[in-house]
This record gives sequence, structure tokens and C-alpha cells, in this order.
Amino acid sequence: MAQALVDTSTIPGWGVDTDPKNNPTYPMRHIEDQKTRGLTWHRPPLQEPQVEVLQSIEHNRLPAVVGTSTPPSGLSGAIRRYAFRRSESDWWHWLLLMGADRINVVEGVIEDLAAGKVPNVPAEMGAKSEWQHNKNGFLLKAGATLAIGAVLVAIVQARREDRADEDEGETIAAEPAHVTARVDEPVLPADLATSQVVPLPGLDA
Amino acid sequence: MLAMNYRGPYRVRADEKPMPQILHPEDAIIRVTRSCICGSDLHLYHGMVPDTRVGMTFGHEFCGIVEQVGPAIQNLKVGDHVLVPFNIACGKCHFCQQGLFGNCHESNAQATAVGGIYGYSHTAGGYDGGQAQYVRVPYADVGPTVIPDWMDPDDAVLLTDVVPTGYQAAEMGAIKPGDTVVVFGAGPVGLMAARSAWLFGAGRVIVIDCEEYRLEFARTFGPAEVYNFREIDDVVVFLKKQTDSLGADVCIDAVGGDASGNALQWFFGTKLKLEAGNAIALHWAINSVKKGGVVSMVGVYGPTGNMVPIGNVVNKGITIRANQASVKRLLPRLIEHIRAGHINPKAMITHRVPLADVADAYHIFAAKLDGCIKPVLLPNGA
Ligand SMILES: NC(=O)c1ccc[n+]([C@@H]2O[C@H](COP(=O)([O-])OP(=O)(O)OC[C@H]3O[C@@H](n4cnc5c(N)ncnc54)[C@H](O)[C@@H]3O)[C@@H](O)[C@H]2O)c1
Ligand SMILES: [Zn+2]
Ligand SMILES: [Zn+2]
Repeated sequence: MAQALVDTSTIPGWGVDTDPKNNPTYPMRHIEDQKTRGLTWHRPPLQEPQVEVLQSIEHNRLPAVVGTSTPPSGLSGAIRRYAFRRSESDWWHWLLLMGADRINVVEGVIEDLAAGKVPNVPAEMGAKSEWQHNKNGFLLKAGATLAIGAVLVAIVQARREDRADEDEGETIAAEPAHVTARVDEPVLPADLATSQVVPLPGLDA
Repeated sequence: MLAMNYRGPYRVRADEKPMPQILHPEDAIIRVTRSCICGSDLHLYHGMVPDTRVGMTFGHEFCGIVEQVGPAIQNLKVGDHVLVPFNIACGKCHFCQQGLFGNCHESNAQATAVGGIYGYSHTAGGYDGGQAQYVRVPYADVGPTVIPDWMDPDDAVLLTDVVPTGYQAAEMGAIKPGDTVVVFGAGPVGLMAARSAWLFGAGRVIVIDCEEYRLEFARTFGPAEVYNFREIDDVVVFLKKQTDSLGADVCIDAVGGDASGNALQWFFGTKLKLEAGNAIALHWAINSVKKGGVVSMVGVYGPTGNMVPIGNVVNKGITIRANQASVKRLLPRLIEHIRAGHINPKAMITHRVPLADVADAYHIFAAKLDGCIKPVLLPNGA
């Protein structure tokens, strides 16, 4: 299984960047050239954020520019604000943020629905390309999703029947319909009809 | 404008979003011509980076045309075609002054441990990224570099990240002529690290991965000796055997937290998220480098912690060197290398995808389908 050694004389540019002075502290070695110590550099102009920006407690001032994407909001935002009371060195800081990220996904779905948009989850997950390039994987995933869906529907159905037996008259309608709708989506053929992903020739092997 | 929109782990789509605005006198707005998906984006896509908010636009590897500039901008003018380093760097702080453009102190409010990065969660500053038709570029006099007339924009867009990252991985290895260099990972970063190792005078370059098609590509692109770790019983023993039992002079981790190859790490890191991803590649690097050798890390991990044999770092006297690439510092040299024909980055581009199909582009790249090595999004058409 051992492979032939590469002949370095065939390699364009071999050794042109060899640098005997390269030592493990590079480029920190330039530190002696530093004219300033501490937070004394001449700062860029300061951006005035128009949205809420959370700040690490390890910073003692807000950096001169800040990102303004997706300010904290909702329950996830409240958790993020709380997480930012702790330092970057505190495990909880990151675990709380991870938790907030997961809650944020649910908030995202609610936001979509509120805007009258049902997220096409299979399309967002790249079902089209899975179908094109990994049919077995696609069928496996679609099958598993259908199976899990069927089990869920069956459980909900059984629960409903139990309840109906207990107190006739009161029924809960919405849940099962919703579950089935989601399960059906992965096999929508319209979704798979066209592709605009254009592989370049030559590397398909 | 059309922009990539993150909806949760494994879920992205293209949506209409408001145009970015100039928010600071040193800002520019860029109309994006090319925007890559990076292995780093996969950490976000897999939900591994804390404070990745739903609704964010990713993308830190892009080039484009200057559409608008803030009042303080002097080096750029409207209409320039620029490549934009992935680091948001002020050029003035303690760190930027040392050429550590990946560690700027004036660009990330949310964390001190990393500088600002476009479209890379709020842990890297909360900036919307360049997988969009337009993007806000702060400190536009510092990072963006006008693409030379003779340069193919496909090469230019790869200069925003993977080329300098791979090159810096080799540079940080402090490679001496004749050294044996092992590169873990045959993604775009590992491929460039392998290629660059020769420029620093390596005597042998060995690339380890588990994707056959990537290894095949590495065999000629490196060029390199390539081995599939799934076909090897114990990677560390194998590499020791390749190196007279001493170990490699330099090991490069170009994998990061989305590694495979170890069930325990996968379970605790990838699944339970009790670790900042799966650190098996780094584990192998530490254990297969020689005593007194260098482990150079560019693979990205989350901010918490990882299980690695840190005791061996002490016992073997290993030097670990690591960083986010300092793109701006390396650009002049790398532009020369492209011009001289020493490197040919665009050969790694396998897929060109309209922004509207961003979900499929992510899936193909993440699942390693269709021979994908590097996908480029075309937000404003070809
Ligand atoms: N430091 C920086 O500035 C910087 C910049 C860009 C990318 N990165 C990081 O570099 C890493 C690689 O980026 P990429 O774009 O090449 O990603 P990629 O996902 O395309 O490539 C990673 C490769 O590693 C392989 N791999 C998985 N487990 C492995 C193992 N145990 N041993 C060897 N190979 C293994 C995968 O099969 C894949 O081919 C990522 O972690 C990315 O975040 C860092
Ligand atoms: Zn990148
Ligand atoms: Zn700075």
C-alpha cells in the first residue's frame, strides 16, 4: 500500500518560501515593534448601533464597528441576554447560547407561519440534490420520515380514540392533519423536476 | 435583494431581504460576483457554533463590485472589482498592527476570542455575509483588494480564505527543507496546505482523508501521497511506520470539529455537543508528530473545549501553532504565486450554483455528493 515518493524537482516553486527565520512565535515576534501598549491605539470612528448588540463582558468597551444582523428577540433573545452576563470562559455562556439557538429554530418556524409561509423543510435541506446524487440515501430518509410519521399519527389516533371513549363529544382536530402534511412533503415530485446545480466537467469521476 | 437565509441546522434557503446600508464612515457596499461555501460554513450549517441566529446570511468568501462607499473611504472607488478577506479588521488595533488581521479587537462585540468574520454567527460579530447579492463591508480601506487585471475571478475568490488558510497552515508548520508533512483533511484548505508545504521546502507530503474522490484529487493537485484512514487500522501507527517510527516533522489539522473517524468523539462532540465538535484529527496530529515537532492547526472548533491528548503535547515537547488565517498579510505573496504558476486554486472549484439553489449547494458540499470539492455561488448571475 506504500506509495511512490513525489520527486520534488518536478514541483513548480519548490522551496521558494523556505524561511530559516520562521520560528514558532512568528508573527508575534514583531511585538517589540509595537509603539502602543494596552488599549491606547488611535481608534477608528465609532459606529452607533441602531439595534441591540450584546457585548462580551471581557470587552471593556464596544468595538468600533458591530454587526447588526438578527438582533436578539423573543424567548431566545432573553436567554441570549442572560447568557451574556457570563464570560466567554464560562461553559454556561455557550451552553445557554446553544439552547437559545434551538429555541430560535422554533421561533423561525412560527415567524414563517405568521408571515403566511409554510417552510418547505425538505427543499431547505437539499432534498432535490439528495434525490439527484444519492437516490438510496433519499429513499432511506424519506422512508424513515414516513415510518416515524406513521407511528406518530398512529399514536395520536390511538390517544384520540382513548379520549373519545372516556368523554364523548370533546375532540382535538388540528394535530394529526399537520403531522401528515409534513410527512408527505419529501416525495413531492414537482420539487425534484428541475435542477440548476451545474457540476463542472472533468471532476465527476 | 436575494440572500441566503439560515433557518436552523441543515436548513437554509434563499429569500428576499432588505439591501445593506452604510452604517459607518469606513463601510462599503459590494455587489457580490462570486461567493463560496466553506468548510467553516458547515460548522454553522450543522448547528455547532453557539449564537448562530435564525435569519442570518452566511458567507465569508466573496468578491464583487464596489457599489457604494462611506465618506471616509480613500482606497476604493465605485466600480472596482475587489476580493474581500474573510477577516473584518480595523488595521489600527494592537493585533492588526502585528499583522494578526484574523484577531482584530475592533470588530467583534460578542467575543474577544475571535475577530469579526462575515456571516459567521454572532460569536464572530453578527455580520450578515456575502452569500447574497449585496453585502456591507466594514473597514473597507483595510481588507478589500482590487483584483489584478490578469487574475481570474475564480482564483480571486479563493484568495479570500482557503488559499491563505492552507498557505498559513504550512507557514505555521515552520517547515524545514526535506521535512515530512502530514496534512489531515483533503478539503480545499487541506489541499492548499499540501500544495503550500512544497513551497516551504517539504520533502514529503502525505494527505489523510476518507473521501476517495478527494484523495484522488489530492494525489495530483498536491501532489501528495494519499491515504484513506478508513482503510487503515490505526492511523498513528501507520504514520509512524512511514517515518522510521519517529513521527512526522509537521502535522497539519485541516479538518476541525466536523471530523469523522472516531465513534466516541462523534457521540460526545458531534451529537451531544458536550465537546466543541469531534477533535479526532487533532488527536491524531498530536500523536503522529515527532517529539519536538510542530502541529499546525487551522481546523475550526467551537469555543468550549475538546478531548485531546494534551499530556502528550507536554511529554513530546510539541509546538502547537494555530490561528484564523491573516488573509491580508499573505495576499501579496499569494498573488505572486498565482502569477508565477506555483499554485492554481481555481482547479478546486467543482460546482457553480445560482444563489436561488443555495440549499442544494450546501447539501451537496456537506454530504460530499457529486464529487464536490468547492462550490461557488453566483448571486448576480454568471
Ligand atoms: N483557520 C482558518 O482561518 C480557516 C479558514 C477556512 C477554513 N478553516 C477550517 O478548515 C477546516 C477545513 O476546511 P475545508 O473548507 O477544507 O472543509 P471540508 O469540510 O471541505 O474538508 C474537510 C475534510 O476533512 C475530512 N475529514 C473528516 N474527518 C477526518 C479525519 N479524522 N482525518 C482526516 N480527514 C478528515 C473530510 O472528509 C473532508 O474532506 C474546517 O474546519 C474549516 O472551518 C479554517
Ligand atoms: Zn472559509
Ligand atoms: Zn484591528
